[in-house]
Amino acid sequence: MPAVQETVDRVRRIDVDQYRYGFETLIESDKAPKGLSEDIVRFISEKKNEPAWMLEWRLEAYRRWLTMTEPAWARVNYPKIDYQDLYYYSAPKPKKTLTSIDEIDPEILKTYEKLGIPLREVAVLEGVHGGEAESGSGYGRVAVDAVFDSVSVATTFKAELAKAGVLFMPISEAVQQHPDLVKKYLGSVVPISDNFFATLNSAVFSDGSFVYVPPGVRCPMELSTYFRINERNTGQFERTLIIADKGSYVSYLEGCTAPQRDENQLHAAVVELVALDDAEIKYSTVQNWYPGNSEGKGGIYNFVTKRGDCRGVNSKISWTQVETGSAITWKYPSCILRGDNSRGEFYSIAISNGYQQVDSGTKMLHLGKNTTSRIISKGIAAGKSQNTYRGLVTAHRKATGARNYTACDSLLIGDKCGAHTVPYVEAKNSSALFEHEATTSKISEDVLFYCTQRGLSQEEAVGLVVNGFVKDVLQQLPMEFAVEAQKLISISLEGSVG
Amino acid sequence: MSLLEVKDLQVRVEDREILHGLSLTVNKGEVHAIMGPNGSGKSTLSHVIAGKPGYEVTGGEILFNGEDLLDMAPDERAAKGVFLAFQYPVEIPGVVTMNFLRTAYNAQRKARGESELMAPEFLKKVREVAKRLSIPQDMLKRGVNVGFSGGEKKRNEILQMALFEPSLCILDEMDSGLDIDALRIAADGVNALRSPGRAMVVITHYQRLLNYIVPDFVHVMSRGKVVKSGGKELALELEASGYAQFDDAA
Repeated sequence: MPAVQETVDRVRRIDVDQYRYGFETLIESDKAPKGLSEDIVRFISEKKNEPAWMLEWRLEAYRRWLTMTEPAWARVNYPKIDYQDLYYYSAPKPKKTLTSIDEIDPEILKTYEKLGIPLREVAVLEGVHGGEAESGSGYGRVAVDAVFDSVSVATTFKAELAKAGVLFMPISEAVQQHPDLVKKYLGSVVPISDNFFATLNSAVFSDGSFVYVPPGVRCPMELSTYFRINERNTGQFERTLIIADKGSYVSYLEGCTAPQRDENQLHAAVVELVALDDAEIKYSTVQNWYPGNSEGKGGIYNFVTKRGDCRGVNSKISWTQVETGSAITWKYPSCILRGDNSRGEFYSIAISNGYQQVDSGTKMLHLGKNTTSRIISKGIAAGKSQNTYRGLVTAHRKATGARNYTACDSLLIGDKCGAHTVPYVEAKNSSALFEHEATTSKISEDVLFYCTQRGLSQEEAVGLVVNGFVKDVLQQLPMEFAVEAQKLISISLEGSVG
Repeated sequence: MSLLEVKDLQVRVEDREILHGLSLTVNKGEVHAIMGPNGSGKSTLSHVIAGKPGYEVTGGEILFNGEDLLDMAPDERAAKGVFLAFQYPVEIPGVVTMNFLRTAYNAQRKARGESELMAPEFLKKVREVAKRLSIPQDMLKRGVNVGFSGGEKKRNEILQMALFEPSLCILDEMDSGLDIDALRIAADGVNALRSPGRAMVVITHYQRLLNYIVPDFVHVMSRGKVVKSGGKELALELEASGYAQFDDAA
């Protein structure tokens, strides 16, 4: 099949390209020694061939970090992290070459199957040698976006983006090619000194994405799939910077619904968004990292700082997240509503099962006049998990006419989990109007019995009830993502009843 | 072979025995009424037949077309043709009624190894039945039973009964919370479903409902047992004399 062969060739080419960006010298040393020191920071910067200003920036962050302590206010418990016992730089490991689909972990195969990803695509995803060469015709659009489109993005989409003037590249590349933009915006939303994890990220970030949309440009496609492949080899400290210049629009999708088993237990990413006058950024995340096993062993610690700055008038930033993975999630995608008439939105589905702990929410900081924000949070706790919504809404003294509407709904499945809502509201301007609604409910035995009496299995019944519960938020996701997310929700709640 | 055979059924909830050796035989085409005071075990019987968790069967058996019903999960029983119209139908927010109906309908068909019905075909079918039951179209677009009146909830149950075409319909206190007009509409819906291939078990403690759904047999339950069985005239007798006479019989 020529088309498929072409795709396969492209995959190979991309792999080669990626090595060119920062990884080429790794043949001699693929890991920095354990622990963190100025030398390690210098090592990372040198590996990436960074200019002096970038190194200085990292060092400043590192020195700051030494003076900081790990935050303890979140409702999560985990053993103390020994930061000197981690690797801060390691080359992407070449995947073990598999020769047959039978060598893939059966549990992972099962998940793919439930997501509706055909086996030949699994073969490509999991890097089975020779698996790609089979016929690729007739695959469904949704699942295939995960791989095949991301491949073609590299050539055709990249050309189309360039034509529109959109810059979309690894941030390490942007540091080299567009230092002025990076210098101007990096750390301008999440400053070096922001918080323990963000500061750590600033010192040691490995890679991530950079997007710049020039004035008046509506980005011709969702920037998503390219990111997935681009991300495949970035490490645990990702750094993403997205700038929407005046009057521009961009929609960015982050995440992968394929099961991801990652050796790096600690993830501390930073995402910064900047929207100038009349610009709009829509940022969607689906996160499905390894949540740990049924006894609560293992799993990713996900300590993320995501923040958007509505810097210009009439600007808009919208966060949508579906969080189903990670052992611990510590994440508050926020909006600084600086420009007059700017708008911030946060739509969230956070699902916890097993022993997962989620402490997530948002901050809406109203600074400009007539700024508006909307928060819709749906937390679902099952198993022995703990699920906390933590939110902050503030109006600055000068934020005349600030408006916020918050709705936090929690759903409990079973009687060993917990849902918590911790809203902080501060208005320093008497004209501000903030509304907060919260509900907590349980999937009752009666509802389950009703559904099963009508012919649904227990799991179908839970899936149906939960999807009804999260409907408002799912509607915010781009279409093809919503379908995957819906399946993912059912999968992550398996075994939560009975 | 009888459609439903309940033989010497003993049921516990936690430490308390609710049914003490109940027997009941229902054949295709028959309508049985089960009457009795509150706490006599009528609803327990309906729940155990449908497979509601929380009940422990300590003795006896339930056969459905000769198969052991107690061995099956509630959804398997539904697919085999057991339908329970709830006394208090639950609300499921965010799940559109039409979507719920189709999901349940196709789940049952799938379990029986039949092909699933496509949306347009199903839509047509639902609209027809809904019209017969005076169910407004907009009700089908709302969340399952969310904001429905008592009458609407019961009609939604009968709508499902009509769609799923079960061979055994158990109606648990269908008249509770209904005014006389709503009761008539609901009863008309039920009567339209009477057929030689289908049996009904109507649970109620008022004779009133049986003026609309006229049974072939009436059973009186007291303290976890059937204490008297007879024809439809037994219901009228009860209306006049009350349940107290059976207290000693149990």
